[in-house]
Amino acid sequence: MMTRNLSADRTRYGLAAVLLSALLMLSGCGVNAIPTYEEQAKAAWSQVLNQYQRRADLIPNLIETVKGYAAHEQDVLTSVVEARAKATSVQIPADVLTDPKAFETFQQNQSELTSALSRLLAISENYPDLKANQNFLALQSQLEGTENRIAVARRDYIEAVRLYNTELRTVPGRWWATFIYSEARPMQTFSIDAESRAVPKVSFD
Amino acid sequence: MNAPMSAMTFGFRRLSAALLLLALVVASQSEARALDFPALTGRVVDDAHVLSSETMAQLIERLADFEAKSSDQVVVATVRSTGDTAIEPYANQLFRHWGLGQAGENNGVLLLVAIDDRKMRIEVGYGLEGILTDLLSRLIIENSMVPEFRAGNYQAGIGRGVDDIISVLEGNAAELKARAERNAGKSNGQDTMGMIFFGLFVLFFASMFGFSILASIFGKKLAPGRYKWLGIAVSYGGGSSSGLAGSRGRAGGSGGGFSGGGGSSGGGGASGGW
Repeated sequence: MMTRNLSADRTRYGLAAVLLSALLMLSGCGVNAIPTYEEQAKAAWSQVLNQYQRRADLIPNLIETVKGYAAHEQDVLTSVVEARAKATSVQIPADVLTDPKAFETFQQNQSELTSALSRLLAISENYPDLKANQNFLALQSQLEGTENRIAVARRDYIEAVRLYNTELRTVPGRWWATFIYSEARPMQTFSIDAESRAVPKVSFD
Repeated sequence: MNAPMSAMTFGFRRLSAALLLLALVVASQSEARALDFPALTGRVVDDAHVLSSETMAQLIERLADFEAKSSDQVVVATVRSTGDTAIEPYANQLFRHWGLGQAGENNGVLLLVAIDDRKMRIEVGYGLEGILTDLLSRLIIENSMVPEFRAGNYQAGIGRGVDDIISVLEGNAAELKARAERNAGKSNGQDTMGMIFFGLFVLFFASMFGFSILASIFGKKLAPGRYKWLGIAVSYGGGSSSGLAGSRGRAGGSGGGFSGGGGSSGGGGASGGW
């Protein structure tokens, strides 16, 4: 009777130890890594969208200001307006991050707007009165600042996605993905083509 | 007797050599990812050697005074060149590498000059973007710095740039005072209080967890999924989960040397060339 109780106690202790250590190992083995990286990548993506939105918001004012001085540059002005409309009117699907096609469209639209804007800033060099306009100067520096913020946000997003995708494809994360996070998919990332890297350049002389 | 012994030490040596190699590979990989940045030796990092020692001392004193007053960290850096990287990404990554500004406030400013590239940039932390706007940064560069740089007066150009940055940041007196007050409270006392609360929090959760597990093992079984131990009844639901959130506290740069407070920048500011 005594011995039975003792051995039962021992099994109970053993069970407790196993449970506790299993709990510790679970958190140590990165069971939370996939959702953590996923949230970080999503946050970085929101920042990208935020900065693109900020750029789109600057454009109507910029167009108004440039029109006053360079009204006959109709085709450049129209191309900016059209590119902006295209970039902002397209409803971004919820699964844009995991859908290569939707992501490609998004990137394409934004990079068209980038190049239209850089053409607009380039022609504005030909109008000294426009360049001297205080409002234009403010808009131009905001636009340059926003392009730079977009570049930073994109770089942060690329890095966050790299971490997330690596976690999905390398070993402990890969196992967790099969067992627990079967809905997790690799995320799309920006391809850095020459055009989308071209920030509107302005010389100060 | 001797042979297995030596075989064991040999095996151990091989293992430690392999571990050392692994450590070296890991270290070199993480090193290769970052750009080649100068070390943050002080508030003025004159890597291009264009400042005289008096100018440097004056600048450092002015910047240190300003940080004591406002907690804003303004740092000046000169380099010969930013290499293949454009000045904008270089400045942003250098800013983050040094962690300028206080961690929660992100109130740092980096004035970077690349002498051989003939480029300069004012990189503004998140927290100061509303005061030192892109437009103001650009006006400082164009009106105060570029004329001096064109004339070859690098020292005067940097000095005037710093004066302007400080005067813009001082312009908003109320905000400046409020920020200084907020950061004055961030002393050691608050950190230890935070540590104590965090410790209690962890202890509380750990004991709840531990109790519920131990109750199922040592306790008296009342019903399926219901146990009683030490006079407390514990019932187990279906799939309840509980998460543990950790909070990360970090003390700002203090002590003898100068260091960044852990701030970050999202690419605000302006660049120019001469």
